[in-house]
Amino acid sequence: MSVGILLQLAQSLLAILLAPLLMGWVNQCHAWLQGRSAPPITQPYRTLKKLFHKDAVIAHHASPLFRFAPYMIFACMALAAGIVPTIANDLPFSPAADVIALVGIFALARVFLALAAMDIGTAFGSLGARREMLVSFLAEPALLMVFFTASLISQSTELPIIVQTMAHSKFAIYPSLAFAAVAFWMISVAENARIPVDNPSTHLELTMIHEAMILEYSARHLALIEWAVALKLFTYSALGIALFVPWGIAAQGDVAAIPLALLAMVAKLLIGGAVLAFLETISAKVRLFRAPEFLGTAFLLAVLGMLIHFLLEV
Amino acid sequence: MTLTYHLQIVNLLAALLLLISFAMLSQRRIAGLITLFAWQGAALAASTALIAWSTNQHHLYYSAALTLVLKVIAMPWYFFRIVRKLDVDRDVEPMINIPTTMLIGIVLVIFAFNLALPISELSGTVTRSTLGIALACVLLAFLMMITRSKAIPQVIGFLAMENGLFFAATSATYGMPLVVELGVALDVLVGVFVLGIFFFQIRETFDSLDLKHMEKLKEK
Amino acid sequence: MATLSLLSPDPVQWAWGIVLFWLSLGFASLLLQGSQRLLTGLVFPLGALGALAIAGVGIAGLTGPATSIVLPIGLPDLPFHLRLDALSAFFMVLLGGAAFGITVYASGYFKSMAAGPLALLALWYHLFLGGMVTVLLADDAYAFMVAWEVMALSSYFLVTTDHKVPEIRRAGFLYLLIAHVGAVSLLLTFGVLQGGHGDYTFDTMRLAQTPPFWASVAYLLALFGFGAKAGLVPLHVWLPEAHPAAPSPVSALMSGVMLKTAIYGLLRVTFDLLNIQIGWWGTLALALGLITALYGVIFAAVQSDMKRLLAWSSIENIGVIIAAFGLTLIFHTDGKGALAALTLTAMLYHALNHAFFKGLLFVGTGSVLHATGVRHMGHLGGLMRFMPWTAWLTLIGALAIAGLPPLNGFVSEWLLLQAFLLTPGLSQPYLNMVIPVAAAIVALAAALAAYVMVKFFGVVFLGQPRDTALQDAHEAGWPERLGMLWLAAGCVLLGLFPAQVIGWLSPVVRLLTEQTMVNDGNWLMLAPVSSERASYMPLIFFAVVIGVLGLTYLWVRRVYHGRVRRSDPWDCGYPEQDARMQDSAEGFGQPIRQIFEVFMKVERETPDPFSRTPRYHGASLDKLWFILYEPIARVTGWLSEQAGRLQHGRIQWYLIYSFATLIFLLVFTTR
Repeated sequence: MSVGILLQLAQSLLAILLAPLLMGWVNQCHAWLQGRSAPPITQPYRTLKKLFHKDAVIAHHASPLFRFAPYMIFACMALAAGIVPTIANDLPFSPAADVIALVGIFALARVFLALAAMDIGTAFGSLGARREMLVSFLAEPALLMVFFTASLISQSTELPIIVQTMAHSKFAIYPSLAFAAVAFWMISVAENARIPVDNPSTHLELTMIHEAMILEYSARHLALIEWAVALKLFTYSALGIALFVPWGIAAQGDVAAIPLALLAMVAKLLIGGAVLAFLETISAKVRLFRAPEFLGTAFLLAVLGMLIHFLLEV
Repeated sequence: MTLTYHLQIVNLLAALLLLISFAMLSQRRIAGLITLFAWQGAALAASTALIAWSTNQHHLYYSAALTLVLKVIAMPWYFFRIVRKLDVDRDVEPMINIPTTMLIGIVLVIFAFNLALPISELSGTVTRSTLGIALACVLLAFLMMITRSKAIPQVIGFLAMENGLFFAATSATYGMPLVVELGVALDVLVGVFVLGIFFFQIRETFDSLDLKHMEKLKEK
Repeated sequence: MATLSLLSPDPVQWAWGIVLFWLSLGFASLLLQGSQRLLTGLVFPLGALGALAIAGVGIAGLTGPATSIVLPIGLPDLPFHLRLDALSAFFMVLLGGAAFGITVYASGYFKSMAAGPLALLALWYHLFLGGMVTVLLADDAYAFMVAWEVMALSSYFLVTTDHKVPEIRRAGFLYLLIAHVGAVSLLLTFGVLQGGHGDYTFDTMRLAQTPPFWASVAYLLALFGFGAKAGLVPLHVWLPEAHPAAPSPVSALMSGVMLKTAIYGLLRVTFDLLNIQIGWWGTLALALGLITALYGVIFAAVQSDMKRLLAWSSIENIGVIIAAFGLTLIFHTDGKGALAALTLTAMLYHALNHAFFKGLLFVGTGSVLHATGVRHMGHLGGLMRFMPWTAWLTLIGALAIAGLPPLNGFVSEWLLLQAFLLTPGLSQPYLNMVIPVAAAIVALAAALAAYVMVKFFGVVFLGQPRDTALQDAHEAGWPERLGMLWLAAGCVLLGLFPAQVIGWLSPVVRLLTEQTMVNDGNWLMLAPVSSERASYMPLIFFAVVIGVLGLTYLWVRRVYHGRVRRSDPWDCGYPEQDARMQDSAEGFGQPIRQIFEVFMKVERETPDPFSRTPRYHGASLDKLWFILYEPIARVTGWLSEQAGRLQHGRIQWYLIYSFATLIFLLVFTTR
C-alpha cells in the first residue's frame, strides 16, 4: 500500500514537473518544421519562473472568484494527471474517478476558467467564455462516446482495467479503436486549444478561444493557468497513450518495470509531440463556426467506432 | 473471438470502407469525391486480395485486379478528365444540410447492421460479419445519390453502390462467378462512358450540370 | 388499516397530522391579515418546521413497513384511504427537505409584501404544501384526485399572486388549462385501472389483473396526464410561462417539488398499480425523455429572462428523469432486475438532486429580483460584489446543476451513464445499438447545461453591472441566507456521500423492482455492479482537490510572494470600455441559437443603418407553440363558434329545444 502511495505521488509530481517540458518539445518541433531556430526546450520553465516573480495586477472590481480560479484549475489538472496511468497502473487514486469522472474533472476546470473570464466584464472575456463553452459542449459527448467504445471492449470504465485489458491481452487490431483513436485526436486538439480549432500563439483577439479567457490574468495566476494548460495537454496525451498504445505501463505493484515504463512514456510522448507539431504545421485554423462541424465529425467517428464494435467485435 | 491477423486487417479495411462512404456524404468538392471513390476502390481491392490469400480462392485475385484497374485507375482518371473539360469543380450543394445527412446516415448504419445480423449467421464464410458494413455502404451511397443535385456526384454514388454490392458478395459468398463479375464490370464501364457523353449533352443544353434543369423536360 | 391511536401513532398518522397542521396554519393566517410581522415571523417558520417534520416522517417511513389509515372524510362509500410506503416516504423526504429551505427563505422574502395579499398567499402556500403531501399519501383514486386538484388550484392562485399584470394572468390561465387537461387524463387512467369493478381503492387496483391492451391504455393515459404536470414535451408550454410568473419561493416549490409529484404518480401507476409492464412503454418514455431533455436545454440557452432560463432547465431535468424511467422499464421488462434497480436509483437520486439545486437557483434569483427589481439578464451583472452570499450559494447550485463533481448533479448523471453503458446486455438487437447512442444525447444535454449555467451565473453575477442602478442592490436578509445555506448544504452533502443516500433509496427500489442496486464499495466508494466495472469516490476527490489547492497556495506564497496591485482591466489596451460591451444574454446564447435554429421561431428586429433611434429586438420562441397549440386553439375556437350558433336569443327556439328533448326522452325511455 505504501509503495502504491509513493508511486502515486511520484507519478503526479512527474506529470506536473514534465508537462512544461512537453510544451517546450512541441514548440521545438514546430520550429524545426518551419525552418527556424526555437528557444531552448526548457523555456516554459523560465517563463513560469518569470511570471511567478511578478506582481499580480488585478482589475479593481475583480471578485474573489477571479483569484481563486487559477488554483482550482491547477488542482483539477493535477488530480487528473494523478488518475491517468502514465508509468504505473492501478494506483491508489484511480478508484476515485473513472473515465466519466475524468470528463467531469475537465469540465469543472473549464467552467471555472469560463466564469473567471466573465468576471472582469470585458468584451473579450465573455467572447472567450462563450466560444470555449461552444467547443466543449460538442467535445464532451464525443469524448464520452470514445470512452464508451474503449469501455465496451474492456467491460469497464475504470482506467486501470482498460489499460490492463489492452496492454496485457493478446495483440489484436480493433477497427473500433482505430476510429475512436482518430476521434480522440480530434477532440484533444479541440479541448487543448490547438490548431485546427484554436491557435495557441495567436495575437489577434477575435480569433482566440482559450487565450481570450486568460487575457486579464498576470503573474502567478497566469503562471498557474499556463502550467495547468501544459498539464492538460500532458494528461490528454497520457490518456491517449493509455487507451490506444498502453504497452509499457507497469502493472500494479510491479516496481521493477518502472524504469522501462518511464522510458516507454518518454519515447511515446516525444513521438506524440512531434506528430502533434507536424499535424499542426500542415493544417490551418478553421473558422469558428466550422468548429462544430469538426467536432461533429469526431462525434460521428466515435459513434461509428462503437457501432462497428457491436458488429465486428462482439 | 480471436481472428487470424489477416482477417483482422480485413475487418479494418471494411471499417475504412464505411468511413469513406461517410466521408463521401460530407464531401463538398467533386475532385475530393473522385479521390475518395478511388480510395474506396483501393480498399476494396486490398480486402479482396487478402480474402483471396487467406481462403485460397484464386478467382478472387482476378476480381481484385479488375477492381484495381477499373475503379482505382481507369474510372477516376476518366472522371478527372470530364471534370477538367466541363470545369465543374465547384462546391456541390446538397439538398439537405450536412449534419442532418450525417444523422440520417447513422440511422441507416444502425438499420443495416441490425438487418445483417441474422442474415450473416446463415452465411458460411469467415468474413460474414462484414455483411452489415457492405449493406450500410450501399444504403449510404444511395443516400448520397438522393441528396446531391449535380450529375457527377450522383453517378459516383451509383458506382459506390456497386462497390458496396461487390463487397457484400465477397464477404458473404466469396465473390460471384467470374463470368458474372466480368459482365457486371463491362456493364458498369459502358454505362459510365454513356453517362459521360450525356454529361456533355446536358451541359450543352442547359449550360450547367445541375439536375434541377432536367425538370423542365416534363409535359406542361 | 390501523385505527387512529394517540399513544403510538404510525408514520402515516403523523403525516396526516402535519397536513392538518399546515391547513390550520393557512386558515389561521387569514385571521392575521393585519399583522405582517406575525405572518413572516411566525406562520412561515412554523410551516418550515412542518416541512422538516414531514422529512423526518419520510425517513421513518423509509425504514419501516407500509402503514395506512382510513379517514372519515370523502365520499359515502369511498372514504379517504391514506398509505405511507417506501415510495411515498422517499418523495416526502424530498418534499420536506426542499420545502424547509424554501419556506425559511420565504419567511424573509415576503417581508416586503403587504399584509393583506400576504395572508392570502400564506393560505394558498400551506394548502399547496398540504395538497402535495396528500397526493403522496393517497391510497385511493378519489383522495388522489381531490389532493391533485387542491395542488393545482392552490398553485394557480400562487402563480397569479401578481394578477394585475396581464402576462401573469395569461400564464396562470395556460397553467390551469394544461393542468386540467392532464387531470382529465388521470381520471381516465383511474377509470381504466378500476377495470369495471367500481372499487377505486389502490389496493384493489394492485390486485387486479389488467389485460395488456388496457394496461397499455392506462400507461399512455398516465404518461399523458403526469407528463402534462411534469412538463414533458409537447405538454411543456405552461412551464416557461408559469414558473417565472410566480413569486420566487413558489417557483422554487413548483419546480423543485411539484414536478416530482408527477414523477411519483407515474412511478406509482406504472410499477405499483399496474401488474404488468410491457417493453415498448420504456422505449417510448426513453425517447420522449431524451427529446424533452434536449429541447429544454436548447431553449434554456437562448433565454434572456433568468427565471425562464431556469424553467426551461427544469424541463431538461425532467426529461432526464423520464428518460431514466424509460430505461428502467426497458431493463425491467427484459428481466435484468439488477440493472433496472441501478437505473431506478439514478432516477430517484436525480429527482432528489433537482429539488435541491433547482430550489436553490430559484431562490437565488428571487434575491436578485428582490434587490434589483429586474428579471431580464441584460440589465444585471456584477452582482457578486453587492450580494456575495447570494452569489456564492447560487454558484454552488449552478455547479451542481451543470453536473460537475464532487457535487450532487454529477452523481446521478454518472449513475445514469453507467446504466446506459450496461445496455449491450439487452436481448433486443436494435436497442443494443441505439441506446448507447442515446447516451450521447444525455451527455449533450449535460454539456449544454454547463453552458447554460455559465451564461446564467456569468451574466447575472459576474462582470460589470450593466445598469448603474445596480449599485444599490442589497444583500439578502438572514432568513433568506439560512434557506439558501440549507439547500446548498444539501447539494454538497448529497454529492459527497452517495453511498449513504443510495442506502436510503434501497427500500424504494426494492419496493418497485424487487431488487436493489449492488454497491460493491463502502461508505467512501460508489461502485455499481462491481468495483472493477466503475467506481467513484467523491470524498477523496474533494479532499485531493482541496489539498492540492491549499498546497499550491502555500507553496506559491512561501517561495514567491502574494503581492497584488489593482488597476483598470487590461482589455487588450482598448481605451474605451463600457459595461455594455460585455455579452448580453442573447449574445451569450447566440451560437446555440445559430446551431439549433431549426427548433425555434426566431424573431429579430434589427435597426436600419439610417435610423435616428435604432432599436434591436430579438426573441427565440418555441416553435411547438406555433405548430401544435395555435392550430388546436384555432380549431377549438371554430368549434365553439359553431356551437354558439345554437344561441339565437329567440325564446321560441329555446322552447323548441326543450320540447324536442322531452319528446326524445319520452320515446327512448319508454322502450
